[in-house]
Amino acid sequence: MSAIDENHLHADPSIDTHPSGQGIDPATSPRGSSAGPSATPLQRERAKTIFEKGAAGRRAFMCPELDVPQVDLEVLPERFRRSRPPRLPEVSEPEIVRHYVGLSKRNFDLDSGFYPLGSCTMKHNPRLHERVAALPGHARLHPLQDPERAQGALELMWNLQEALAEISGLPHVSLQPSAGSHGELAGVLLTRAYHEARGEQRHKVLTPDTSHGTNPATVTMAGLEVVKVATNPQGGVDLDDLRAKADGETACLMLTNPNTLGLFDQNIEEIAQVVHGVGATLYYDGANLNAVMGLSRPGDMGFDIVHFNLHKSFTQPHGGGGPGAGPIAVSERIAPFLPRPLVVRHEDDAPGTGAITQVPSGENGDGPTSEGPRYDLDYNVERSIGRLRGFQGNYGCFVRSYAYICSLGADGLKDASQTAVLNANYLLARLKEKGIAEHLPLAYGELCLHEFVLSGGPMKKALGLKTLDLAKRLLDFGFHPPTVYFPLLVEEALMIEPTETECKETLDAFADAIAEILREAAMDGPEVAQNAPYTTPVRRLDEVAAAKHPVIRQVLA
Amino acid sequence: MLEAIGVPSVEALFDRQIPEAVRLGRPLDLPAGRGEQDVFAHLRELAAKNVSAEDELSFLGAGMYDHYVPALIDMLMSRSEFLTPYTPYQPEISQGGLQVMFEYQTAISELTALPVANASVYEGPSAVAAAGYLAKLHNGGKRFVVSAGLHPHSIETLRTQAHGYGMEVVEVPLTGGVTDPHAWAQAIDGECSAAIFAQPNFYGAVEDASALSAAAKSGASGLNGAGGNGTGKSPVVIAQVDPITLGILAAPGECGVDVAVGEGQPLGNRLDFGGPSFGIFAAREEYLRRMPGRIAGETTDVDGRRGFVLTLQTREQHIRREKATSNICTAQALNALGGVVYLTWLGRQGIVELGELLLARTHYARETLSALDGVQPLHTQPVIREFALRLDGDVAAVKRRCAAQGVNPGVDLQALTGRDEDRGGLLVAITEQRSRADIDRLADALGAAVAAEPADPRSVAVPV
Repeated sequence: MSAIDENHLHADPSIDTHPSGQGIDPATSPRGSSAGPSATPLQRERAKTIFEKGAAGRRAFMCPELDVPQVDLEVLPERFRRSRPPRLPEVSEPEIVRHYVGLSKRNFDLDSGFYPLGSCTMKHNPRLHERVAALPGHARLHPLQDPERAQGALELMWNLQEALAEISGLPHVSLQPSAGSHGELAGVLLTRAYHEARGEQRHKVLTPDTSHGTNPATVTMAGLEVVKVATNPQGGVDLDDLRAKADGETACLMLTNPNTLGLFDQNIEEIAQVVHGVGATLYYDGANLNAVMGLSRPGDMGFDIVHFNLHKSFTQPHGGGGPGAGPIAVSERIAPFLPRPLVVRHEDDAPGTGAITQVPSGENGDGPTSEGPRYDLDYNVERSIGRLRGFQGNYGCFVRSYAYICSLGADGLKDASQTAVLNANYLLARLKEKGIAEHLPLAYGELCLHEFVLSGGPMKKALGLKTLDLAKRLLDFGFHPPTVYFPLLVEEALMIEPTETECKETLDAFADAIAEILREAAMDGPEVAQNAPYTTPVRRLDEVAAAKHPVIRQVLA
Repeated sequence: MLEAIGVPSVEALFDRQIPEAVRLGRPLDLPAGRGEQDVFAHLRELAAKNVSAEDELSFLGAGMYDHYVPALIDMLMSRSEFLTPYTPYQPEISQGGLQVMFEYQTAISELTALPVANASVYEGPSAVAAAGYLAKLHNGGKRFVVSAGLHPHSIETLRTQAHGYGMEVVEVPLTGGVTDPHAWAQAIDGECSAAIFAQPNFYGAVEDASALSAAAKSGASGLNGAGGNGTGKSPVVIAQVDPITLGILAAPGECGVDVAVGEGQPLGNRLDFGGPSFGIFAAREEYLRRMPGRIAGETTDVDGRRGFVLTLQTREQHIRREKATSNICTAQALNALGGVVYLTWLGRQGIVELGELLLARTHYARETLSALDGVQPLHTQPVIREFALRLDGDVAAVKRRCAAQGVNPGVDLQALTGRDEDRGGLLVAITEQRSRADIDRLADALGAAVAAEPADPRSVAVPV
């Protein structure tokens, strides 16, 4: 796997791992010290929004000239017109560029440093993907272009579907859902439709207490009821609890495997038997698929429905919170209910093969006339749950993930998962060293797959450091902290997913930083970390006040 | 590394953790990996099999539009600092993204004249469904009343989700190209959870939004009585709006609308064969704590500096789990960045000038095309960026003839809606990238194509 340049770790010269400001007591530190002698240049800048910049009459946009007759007022009567134009900013192009480039410098990002955010799979985003997605044939293709004239896009979608089917071991794929949670909604609605078609009204969905928050939220949105299943001492599903709760009213069990503890459930076959035994379906939350690509397949484990997070396992850039894409793959029995339209392939132009029986001829301007399979969108899916969104899904994400799969191929995908698991276990081994493990023990198990969960409970007791403090102190060391306080059943949880695209030196530097923060707390007391961070553009923010008196827009003059 | 872990091989890590019965034990049946240059060539080859708006004179619209995307948006959206982080869970190192969300929310609030906006949802039609779910949570009503002028994908998406939680969707027909006011008022009773229309509607017509909102509120209270939709609350009025028209069309907040949703693509986002783009979601203050999705809020840090955080998170799935107001997690932050940069680039005067240009060109195009033999307007309502025609000939055949001239005249209405009354319908969209000369070229191509095709007796009907 490609290893990214190591020098990025402390690339921001304003980040000093031994800041002069450490040890400041917020109770005694004067308000407004933001411009004080120890403040970094970014800290001295007062945040101003674009609405607070510019001046009346300034502009960037030059409207094309009016080349048609001006319309009369009655064409759009006064009562349909806006009384006052929207007060958008009045700024020049250089001001826009400087403003947003300035804002970008107040962000930490994956291209700048290590981002071991558990369950989010922050792997490197190759720039090739941006280049191919920007090709006009992809980027300027209208979603309602006639399928005959969008053959490349449909072929790409078909190929991606086939690849996802092979990776998941489930034969039928819809690319439509917009993100993982949207895929989950599709999955639960599919389950519902499947049971309804069999004349059954099943209203319970089982979710382990380790599950992602989207699982129970989705169940409620789909009009079903959440039933929690306990976790056993090994970190897997508690089989006795599962057997007690799975019954004729159970529609589905939603499971992540490996789960959010980074552990593969040893009882997966038995779990599948119990669930299928009561006539329910098994749903796979694919957020953790990066652990098992080419190594183990949800379809072979007995799952009926899987969602993929293209922005996780298949490296669609996370965009600061999207876009993502959440395709689903399903078994034969679920396939009749898939969202429409489906992307379909016709091998030849024989009559009766569907909508594309008419070979377009070059003369009347239709698409390429070359031989070979033809692709189409099929809306006639009689028992479909229907659409989940407009058009065909987040095609721009499909382009990137398809390019990724083409680049890695069968061996590369397996290698990616193997390296992700190797990296996670190496980092875990480093964090099991003396000086760290006694404060941050592994919550469950011995080894892990792509991620692992430590408990900050002992650290809190012995050093007075909460997981939050450790996370905030990591910011001063130039690292994005792991996911914190999740899963909920682990006290002071710290969930770490390094991914395959980090090299050993990065993992070592991160482990060293954790060790140093713990040493610092043991020597100097917990205050240093409790008041961290010191070097970031802003320091700890008052989230309680933000929620109590929400200010969610600029008040405009 | 293996030594530190204490295992002999990478394979051992899996052998010890994954039961043998569920190990794949064979290579994936996928092609071998390829180098960057080869992959680029393959993706370029696929791109070349598509006919994009770069390759033909396109008048396709119906939800996504070929507007000009300024170069600075490409530059900003491809910056690592915006492209590669995730949701700003650590606000101290995410002030850039959080402030962008705050500015975006401000811009959307201002455009819609509604006081609260979230940081984006997926896209237009799912935003309609999300607004429906908000209404269900708000008043517990039994059904959604939707105008047939709502985008067909929005109606279908709403139906898909409403079926899950057991609500029905009732469609109100159009008359003369706009929502039938009588049928609208009739359909909205005390059991109506939300009344939903589009502005402009799917057929390009500008609706009387104030009248529709007022009728929805009074219709329900008139029939409601004490029981009503179960809570005595009137239905939530939801409008799907086209943000690019809001420089000149009355804002939803000025028309009695409670929740405005919309497809954000026209604001500086690519067509991308349908996504990713972003969904707009804005509402009156009373719906704030039922909003789906991320919301950025202003606060201060321990030193008193101004800063931004994700706020009101007790609505969200990672805190509230099954009691969350929505399951949405990852939305469309990067696309929303494109949206707010676009609005800033247009600016206070630009959004009005652009709207006026679209209005003038759209009317010019409708007049020019309606003057052709065998072509008539589907309705004569005011239009602003898109309009519907009825052709005497078969639309698919006419489109093929136009394509031979390098012209894509628009969307085949019936193919999209499946409605019998849309047979012969063509939906034509205008952007600032379609000049008068382009419109004249469309008229030549369309006129010739319609003249060459035999009239389809089923398509000739009295204009609605």
